[in-house]
Amino acid sequence: MEKKLIYLDNAATTKTAPEVVEAMLPYFSEYYGNPSSIYSFASQNKDAVTRQREMIAEALGANSNEIYFTAGGTEADNWALKAAAEAYESKGKHIITTKIEHHAILHTAEYLKSRGFEVTYLDVDENGVVSIEELKAAIRPDTILISVMFANNEIGTIEPIKEIGSVAKEHGILFHTDAVQAFGQIPINVDEYGIDMLSASGHKLNGPKGIGFLYIRKGVKIRSFVHGGAQERKRRAGTENVPGIIGLGAAVKRAVGTMKERTEKETVLRDYLIKRVMDEIPYTKLNGHPTHRLPNNANFSFRFIEGESMLIRLDMAGICGSSGSACTSGSLDPSHVLLAIGLPHEIAHGSLRLTLNEEITTEDIDYVVEQLKNIVSDLRNMSPLYEDFVKKEKKNQEVR
Amino acid sequence: MYTEKVMDHFQHPRNMGEIENASGVGTVGNAKCGDIMRIYLDIDKDGIIQDVKFKTFGCGAAVATSSMATELVKGKNVQEAMKVTNQAVMEALDGLPPVKVHCSLLAEEAIHAALWDYAGKNGITIEGLEKPKSDIHEGEEEEEEEY
Repeated sequence: MEKKLIYLDNAATTKTAPEVVEAMLPYFSEYYGNPSSIYSFASQNKDAVTRQREMIAEALGANSNEIYFTAGGTEADNWALKAAAEAYESKGKHIITTKIEHHAILHTAEYLKSRGFEVTYLDVDENGVVSIEELKAAIRPDTILISVMFANNEIGTIEPIKEIGSVAKEHGILFHTDAVQAFGQIPINVDEYGIDMLSASGHKLNGPKGIGFLYIRKGVKIRSFVHGGAQERKRRAGTENVPGIIGLGAAVKRAVGTMKERTEKETVLRDYLIKRVMDEIPYTKLNGHPTHRLPNNANFSFRFIEGESMLIRLDMAGICGSSGSACTSGSLDPSHVLLAIGLPHEIAHGSLRLTLNEEITTEDIDYVVEQLKNIVSDLRNMSPLYEDFVKKEKKNQEVR
Repeated sequence: MYTEKVMDHFQHPRNMGEIENASGVGTVGNAKCGDIMRIYLDIDKDGIIQDVKFKTFGCGAAVATSSMATELVKGKNVQEAMKVTNQAVMEALDGLPPVKVHCSLLAEEAIHAALWDYAGKNGITIEGLEKPKSDIHEGEEEEEEEY
């Protein structure tokens, strides 16, 4: 029997779609020319790159000269923060972001702090939503940049980007959003949302790994991040990753074309998964906003158990998921996002993130829930925390 | 990332459970850090560990080290049980990833905590045994939150 594989870690990465691979293949050994070369054999690649840029721009309601290809979301985040800080340093040295950003933002902000910038990290509520009032209160005359993620990678909460965009505009502050998880799942128009810079990544939307882009609104004076040749309008040097760019373009085209149908299907299954887990597994909490969340994201905390044990047991059942426990993060603390929404450490350790794709079926979800029920029950039977809880409950009942 | 032996003990934990009216119980670790181990010992009048059970909240390595530690002390006398170090537990499991070494230390501490409890209850001194550092007693946990 073939080993079962139910891949529910699509927030980590996605399968490269077959049509994406097909689009990329000729650009390895057939059309391998350097887009900067003059002869037509190579310059046709320049045209191909331009077509992808136009298509991606169109998906965001942007102009093609505002899209800059990068090696992924992390590079785009680094570029946006570091270059904006450097370019607007004379205006001020204060940056506002949130406590639930991806490390690509948080660690870059830490780096900027070490270079003399001040950073305000906004709190979020128990659903992981940033408060507009807090944002307004944090703004200072020397604030040069606001960076808030479009949707959170762990708990799936979608942030009030439109409101943040208008606050930023009102105060004349640059607004960057890390849309690595949201792009391809939520329709985004940069003008409508008041976005000045946006980071995205190919492999989160069935594209290849190692390619992404930064949208930079025309007029934002951001300098070169990688120095060298004249590629990407001299702002990001280096020979273009042509197969990657072609793949990213194909993936964006696919994501935009299938978005409505795909996300509707995922939302139904996500809600079915959430309902079954919450109904059938006691002492469980849903993390993230109950409805205003990414269509494919479910994140639970199961009390009295630890995440890594759960992941190993799920893996043995052919199910891929992820956890915010310390053991999976390689540090002593559980996920900063789960702590930011106010979970106590021991409950944060027992978290499980399941992120769907369009290939997941109701049968798959049923199988996952059945496995999960057994796993949680087994691990609770093994847990001294659960033992104490049960004894305490019993004692309380006797008192009553 | 884990050896076959670790996976085996994680999948088929030995001696998992509780002992009622145990001769000694020790709980070590910290829920905040994501690891808690509890060891129950049943020790006869000759000082032989007749039975041992464990309960663990923690990662795969935490479960496997607890399981292995119980196997290593079962049937031993108290002095022999004192020689079951974290090193011995790790070796018996064919090694642990470096970030998981603390799990084996916790297993050693849990055994010591249970022995300490046994010694205290019986008014005896066990050579080389020190008061456990991170023993958690029941009822000391933070207030439970309701969901």
